[in-house]
Amino acid sequence: MTPRAAAFRDGFRDCAPFVLIAAPYSVLFGAVARDAGLDLIEVMSMSVLVIAGASQFTALALLRDGAPVFIALLAALAVNMRMAMYSAALVPHLGQARLGLRALMAYLMVDQSFAVALRKYEAAPQMPLDARIAYYFGAMAVICPVWYGGSLTGALVGRAIPPALSLDFAVPITFIALVAPMIRSLPHIVAAFASVVAAIAFAWLPWNLGLIAAAILAMMAGAQTELALRRRRGTA
Amino acid sequence: MIGTTAFWTLTVLLGLGTFLIRFSFLGFLGGRRLPDWLMLHLRYVAVAVFPALVTPLVLWPPATGGVPDPARLIAALAAFAAGLRYSVLGAILAGMATLYALQFLLS
Repeated sequence: MTPRAAAFRDGFRDCAPFVLIAAPYSVLFGAVARDAGLDLIEVMSMSVLVIAGASQFTALALLRDGAPVFIALLAALAVNMRMAMYSAALVPHLGQARLGLRALMAYLMVDQSFAVALRKYEAAPQMPLDARIAYYFGAMAVICPVWYGGSLTGALVGRAIPPALSLDFAVPITFIALVAPMIRSLPHIVAAFASVVAAIAFAWLPWNLGLIAAAILAMMAGAQTELALRRRRGTA
Repeated sequence: MIGTTAFWTLTVLLGLGTFLIRFSFLGFLGGRRLPDWLMLHLRYVAVAVFPALVTPLVLWPPATGGVPDPARLIAALAAFAAGLRYSVLGAILAGMATLYALQFLLS
């Protein structure tokens, strides 16, 4: 196996557990979208064009409640603003890739593949560029087909998902599963703690701005802790 | 019901806007070297975003109309503990298993 194929396989394997969540979640989206009155083409177009679950749910819920398109659009985009931070965080690792590949990476960027890939790049800083690229696409090769297929299944099967399965909670569980293994140094602990506290403090902000504000504050908290640790080591 | 024009306007613009958000830094900055202060902050993107994303969903779950739910709170803690100790898969399984067990016991 070439190193590139091996990296692709590693990405695929490391992202595989998320099928457990992405599959039911995408089925749920298909079903909810059909319930809201969309036809099959519309459901699939949305999943293929947007490929960002939380924002799709947000946009649909607002449209169904009769909100103006402009408001639904802004609210859904606000949900996705966090991905600008992902995009920036990937620059040092994938920025050297060809423009076409970077565009494809951007299209495929979702929480799971981002977090899995970033963790890998930080753990293996000597990884060559083409292995990093292959790893990224390997991770996405798990989530993307599941997202399309699940949306389709949900749209076809419709309301067969019992609410007792509490699939709503699969999303926070995924994010917890993603972040817990990343909390491995004091600055990470401080950043995560600041993130939780700030998210509660800013929960009243409209348009999902609380998330952005909390994330920026938490990044500053992590960075300042790292600097303080470096200073202490420097003087000791 | 959702109107056809409203739906397609929203979907196309949301798709385009979401792509531009994702493309932003990776696409336009490309191979350029980022300043040190930015790199320092970017190291904490994941631990800064995910807890803030999760906290409101755990404390005020939309499924219960925003009323705090002990089963979900404990399930989230179980997932976190399993994620620290074991793996991603362990965290997912521990979280959902705890939730189902508690919902069964409490109902």
